[in-house]
Amino acid sequence: MLRFIVRRLALLVPILLGLSVLLFAWVRALPGGPAYALLGERATPEAIAAIESQLGLDRPLWEQYLQFLGRAVRLDFGASIQTGQPVTEEMLRRFPATIELALAALLIAVAVGIPLGYLAARRYGTWIDNLAVTGSLLGVTIPIFFLAYMLKYVFAVELGWLPTAGRADPRARADHPTGFYVLDGIVTGNLDASWDAIQHLILPALALSSIPLAVIVRITRASVLNVVNEDYVRTAEAKGLLPGTITRRHVLKNAMLPVTTVIGLQLGVLLAGAVLTEKVFAFSGVGQFMADGLVQRDFPTIQGFILVIAIVYVVINMIVDLVYGLLDPRVRVS
Amino acid sequence: MSLLEVRDLSVTFTRSGSEPVHAVDGVSFDVAAGQSVGIVGESGSGKSVTSLAVMGLLPSRGVRVGGTVMLDGNELTDMDQRALRDVRGRDVAMIFQDPMTSLNPVVTIGRQLTEVLIRHAGLAKGAAKAEAEQLLRRVGIPDPVRRLGEYPHQLSGGMRQRVMIAIAIACRPKLLIADEPTTALDVTIQAQILDLLRTLVAESGCGMIMITHDLGVVAGLCDDVHVMYSGRIVESAGTKDLFARPSHPYTDGLLQSIPRIDDEDPDAVLHTIPGSARDTVAWERGCAFQPRCSRAVAECLAGPPAMAELGTPLVPHPVRCLRPVGDDVVLHEGNVAR
Ligand SMILES: Nc1ncnc2c1ncn2[C@@H]1O[C@H](COP(=O)(O)OP(=O)(O)OP(=O)(O)O)[C@@H](O)[C@H]1O
Ligand code: SF4
Ligand SMILES: [Mg+2]
Repeated sequence: MLRFIVRRLALLVPILLGLSVLLFAWVRALPGGPAYALLGERATPEAIAAIESQLGLDRPLWEQYLQFLGRAVRLDFGASIQTGQPVTEEMLRRFPATIELALAALLIAVAVGIPLGYLAARRYGTWIDNLAVTGSLLGVTIPIFFLAYMLKYVFAVELGWLPTAGRADPRARADHPTGFYVLDGIVTGNLDASWDAIQHLILPALALSSIPLAVIVRITRASVLNVVNEDYVRTAEAKGLLPGTITRRHVLKNAMLPVTTVIGLQLGVLLAGAVLTEKVFAFSGVGQFMADGLVQRDFPTIQGFILVIAIVYVVINMIVDLVYGLLDPRVRVS
Repeated sequence: MSLLEVRDLSVTFTRSGSEPVHAVDGVSFDVAAGQSVGIVGESGSGKSVTSLAVMGLLPSRGVRVGGTVMLDGNELTDMDQRALRDVRGRDVAMIFQDPMTSLNPVVTIGRQLTEVLIRHAGLAKGAAKAEAEQLLRRVGIPDPVRRLGEYPHQLSGGMRQRVMIAIAIACRPKLLIADEPTTALDVTIQAQILDLLRTLVAESGCGMIMITHDLGVVAGLCDDVHVMYSGRIVESAGTKDLFARPSHPYTDGLLQSIPRIDDEDPDAVLHTIPGSARDTVAWERGCAFQPRCSRAVAECLAGPPAMAELGTPLVPHPVRCLRPVGDDVVLHEGNVAR
C-alpha cells in the first residue's frame, strides 16, 4: 500500500519536470518577451531593461531555468502580476471555492448520471435510452461557457430564481473559518449562510457538471449493458434472487468499476472547466483568478495553476486506483 | 407422474429483421425423481436453450416459447416471473458450463452461497454461514471457513465448479440441471466433478438433467439419454440400450467417434461425422441430418421424418429416422440400402 503510494508519487517527478520545461519555455516565447508582456505596448526600453534585470531575465537561460525550478519546488511561483501578492498565497486562498464548486458539480454528475445511465441501459432502445444518449452527446459537445451564460440568463436574470454571481450574498455577514462556505455555515451554526452559499453554487455547479454528467451517463450505460449479459448475472437469476439484490450486488457492484475510473478522470476536467464557469459567475475561486490571469498575461499565476492541476491530477488518479482496489478484489494492492 | 414432464417444448428466437430461429422444436422428455437424464448433441443443437426454457431464464423479449413444462405438478411456462423466482434456486437449480465466468468476481464465495440460503430457506445470516460451511465441505472443498471469505479468482477452476455445485444443491432442489459442467475443466478434474454429481444425486434423490456433447459422460452417469440434433430430439433410449443399439445415424456416428480403450486395433482411425452442424436442412423440408448422413435416401427430403418406435411399450426407443441403423429394409423401390 505504502509502496504503491510512493511509486505513484514518484511518477510526479518526470511529469512535473517536463511541465516545468514547457512552462519555462512558454513564458520566454511570449511575444516581445515577458517584460514586454508585463508592461504592455507603451513600454519604454528603459522600463523593459529594468524589469528584465529585476526578473533575472538578463542571465543565461540555464541559470534562469534552475532558478525557476528551485523556486517551483518550494511552490514559489513569484508574485502575481494582477495583485502583487505571492501566487501561492493567492491560490491557497481561492482553492476552497474551486474545490467546493468542483465537488458540487461532481455530486450532481454522480447523483444524476449513475441512475440515468442505469435506467437507459435497462430500458435499452426505448425513448428513455434515446433521450439519455442524445442528451449526453449534447452535454459533451455544448461549450461550457455558453451553457453557463444560458443558465445564468434564464434562471438568474430572467426568472430571478437564483443569484447571478458570487459565492454569497454580499450584504450578509458570515464567518469563513475554512473557506468552504457551505461547511462554514454549518460549523459556525449559521445555516442561513450555508443555504445562501448553496443557492450561489447551484447554477455554476450545474454548468460545470455538464461534461462529467454526460460522460458518467454514457459509461454507466455501456458498463451496465455489458454486465447484465455476464454469466454471473444469469447465475444470480438462476438462484431466484430478488431483482433488487441482483441489481445491487451483481450488476451495479461490477458495473461501477469502470465508472470509478472515469469519475477520477473527470475531476481533472472539472478543474479546467472551473476557469470558464467561475469567470461567468464571478465565483472567486482559482479558476476565475486563472481566467483573469490569462487576460492580463499574469504568467506566474498561469504557471502555478498548471503545475498545481498536474499535481492534483496525479494525486486524484492515485486515490481512484486505491478505491478501485477496494472495489475489485482482483486488483487489490498488497 | 414424473418429477419433470416436458411436452412439445419449442423455443423460437424472433429478431426483428431476421428469420425466426427455431432453436428448440417439439421436444418432450421426462425426468423422474432420483433419475439422471442425459441430453446429448453437438454445439448449437439447442441443449442450453432447452435447459434455460425449463428454468424460465430465456429473455422475455424476442423469444416465443411453446409447449409445457410441468415440475412436480406445477406448470412453469405460464408462471409469472414473481412465482418463477420462488421456484428457481429452490425447486430447480442449475450448474453452468464455465465456472470462471459464472461466479461474481467481486462478491465473496460465502456471500454467493449464503444469499441463496437466505432467499429460499429463510435462514438468518449466522445460520446461513454455518450451512454454507457444511455445503462446501460436502462438495469436497478443504478448509471451507477460509474459502468462504475468499473471492472466485483465488480458487482453481475445479474448486469454482464445486462452489457452483454447492450453490445449486444449497436448498435441496428437486431437479438439478447441469449444462456441460465439465467442459471447461481439465480431464482429471472432470472425472472428480462427475463423481461428485453422481454421489450427490444418489444421496439426495433429486432428479438431474445432464447436458453434454460427450457420450462418455452420459455412459457413466445417466439412466436415460436423449440425442438432440438441430433443435429436435432424434433418438431417446435407456443408456445401456442406446450404447448397445444406436439407431439414429447421428447417434451411431457419435458413438463411433468415441475412442475406446478396449479397441482391438489401436491404430484404427477414429470415425468422425463428415460435415458440420451448419450443413443442415429445415426440419419442415426433411431430415436436418440429411446432408451429413451416409444412409440418406430421397424420401429423407420429403418432409419431416416421423418418429419410429424401435422399442417396446415398456422400454421405448423412439428414433426420428426413415432408415435407422441395423434396420436395413427396402423403403422404396430403387432405394436399397447402400
Ligand atoms: N439469444 C439468442 N438469439 C438468437 N438465437 C439464439 C439465441 N440463443 C441461442 N440461439 C440459437 O439457438 C440454437 C441453440 O443454441 P444452444 O445454446 O441451445 O446450443 P447448445 O446445444 O447449448 O450448444 P453448445 O454445445 O455450444 O452449448 C443455436 O443455433 C443458437 O444460434
Ligand atoms: S432420415 Fe434419412 S437422412 Fe435422416 S438420419 Fe435417417 S437416413 Fe439419414
Ligand atoms: Mg450450451
